[in-house]
Amino acid sequence: MKIGKQTIKLQNTPKILETSSAVGPKEGSGPLGIYFDIKCSDVFYGEKTFEKAETMFMKSAIDNLLYKLNLKDDKIDYIFAGDLLNQCIATGYCMRELQIPFFGLYGACSTFVESLILSSLFVNSGYGDKVIAAASSHYCSAERQFRLPLEHGNQKSPTAQYTVTGCGAALVVPHSFGKKVPSVTYVTPGRIIDMGIKDMSNMGAAMAPAAFDTIITHLKDTERTPEYYDAIITGDLGKEGTDILIDLCRDYGVDISKVHRDCGKEIFNLNDRDVNAGGSGCGCIATVFSSFFYQELKEKRLNKILLVATGALMSPISIGQGESIPSIAHAIAIENEV
Amino acid sequence: MEYDKIKMTEKEYSEYVEGKAKKSPLFKNIAFAFVTGGFICIIGQIISNICISYDIEAKDASTISVVSLIFLGAFLTSINLYSKIGKYAGAGSVIPITGFSNSIVAPAIEYKSEGYILGLGSNMFKIAGPVLVYSIFSSFIVGFIYWLILLVK
Repeated sequence: MKIGKQTIKLQNTPKILETSSAVGPKEGSGPLGIYFDIKCSDVFYGEKTFEKAETMFMKSAIDNLLYKLNLKDDKIDYIFAGDLLNQCIATGYCMRELQIPFFGLYGACSTFVESLILSSLFVNSGYGDKVIAAASSHYCSAERQFRLPLEHGNQKSPTAQYTVTGCGAALVVPHSFGKKVPSVTYVTPGRIIDMGIKDMSNMGAAMAPAAFDTIITHLKDTERTPEYYDAIITGDLGKEGTDILIDLCRDYGVDISKVHRDCGKEIFNLNDRDVNAGGSGCGCIATVFSSFFYQELKEKRLNKILLVATGALMSPISIGQGESIPSIAHAIAIENEV
Repeated sequence: MEYDKIKMTEKEYSEYVEGKAKKSPLFKNIAFAFVTGGFICIIGQIISNICISYDIEAKDASTISVVSLIFLGAFLTSINLYSKIGKYAGAGSVIPITGFSNSIVAPAIEYKSEGYILGLGSNMFKIAGPVLVYSIFSSFIVGFIYWLILLVK
């Protein structure tokens, strides 16, 4: 049921039954290392190319999800998934191995929440009983596509971010599954916000206004305050983007500084020179939610969270042609039954 | 309540972001660039001096030192060291000829996965290409002006 301007209330409150994550070496040795299911010390994952490696990260995250639930792939009704590469090849080639009806999504770094929203809506309306949402990214394949070759000796801006290598996957089931797991209550799909930022190495600044717009719209539509949530979690705003988001909210008269957390800031050690402003990519929120935050929810250290994934929908072609960066943010409220 | 709310124009926002963004440590970067760039030049000079001490003509000696530096840049790129130097040195390792060599070898390594012709061959000059195009073009302009001056004389 639609409420307010953009939000949908999920009356049947589908549940997130299980999650799974697979990450690369840098993420595995980072501050959240102990929470990830699969940590591969090889960025190639035993493959010959980075694109194939990304496919393998996604494949192992999904296989692990099925293994945890003791399910076969033909028992899954649908899967919503995507990645950062042109034509979503990492996902496409991964799905070649799985016998699951597949919807490919591109929402840049917002893909994970986009797939989680669509999976929840599918389950909520009874079109499927077991729907998987997944998203992946890979530092090396993303650098190739969006920036310069890896071996090129250049210096990065302090506002630049480091794409997370990894994949997160979650299984959404109807509320009647019984198990005490977190459920999805509201979703707020975002609209495109573009404040004219053209700098590809300052994506936090480009995406923060979109996060602001979606968070405020969500709070208004649901008539909630930031304090209602134990945490408002953004995907990959990084250091700069987080400061900007908190400033924008404060100017508007809403203080989210106490509950706000950013996956991009938590996944890496920010003193690392490579990382600069933090992690990014759709793998960032996908892996951090599927490991750390899902566990926090299950163990009731957090009970109500708002997951907000931001995406910058540009390409090297549009940037080359002098266009600014259109950004989007999708929000999903995940709550424990009290 | 109203929904449209960012109370800034695009211009105000970009000025605000400009003020917010963490700046590169300018002095540190310049110092690193100066030292590294200088160090690469010293290596070149040493090679050239060694050649001269073996009775090689000065012109040939400088060719040998340039070729050696190009090899050094390519070698350091292939063992994943040049990108690490570049992270700290910035322009200090991009501007010398070792950086030029790095800019050709780096895409060559990366695009090999798409095959030798359409991958490696067509992408090898992805970064160095513009440098070549505009340096050859500007040398043509300078040559033309030089020719005109000689004509007037």
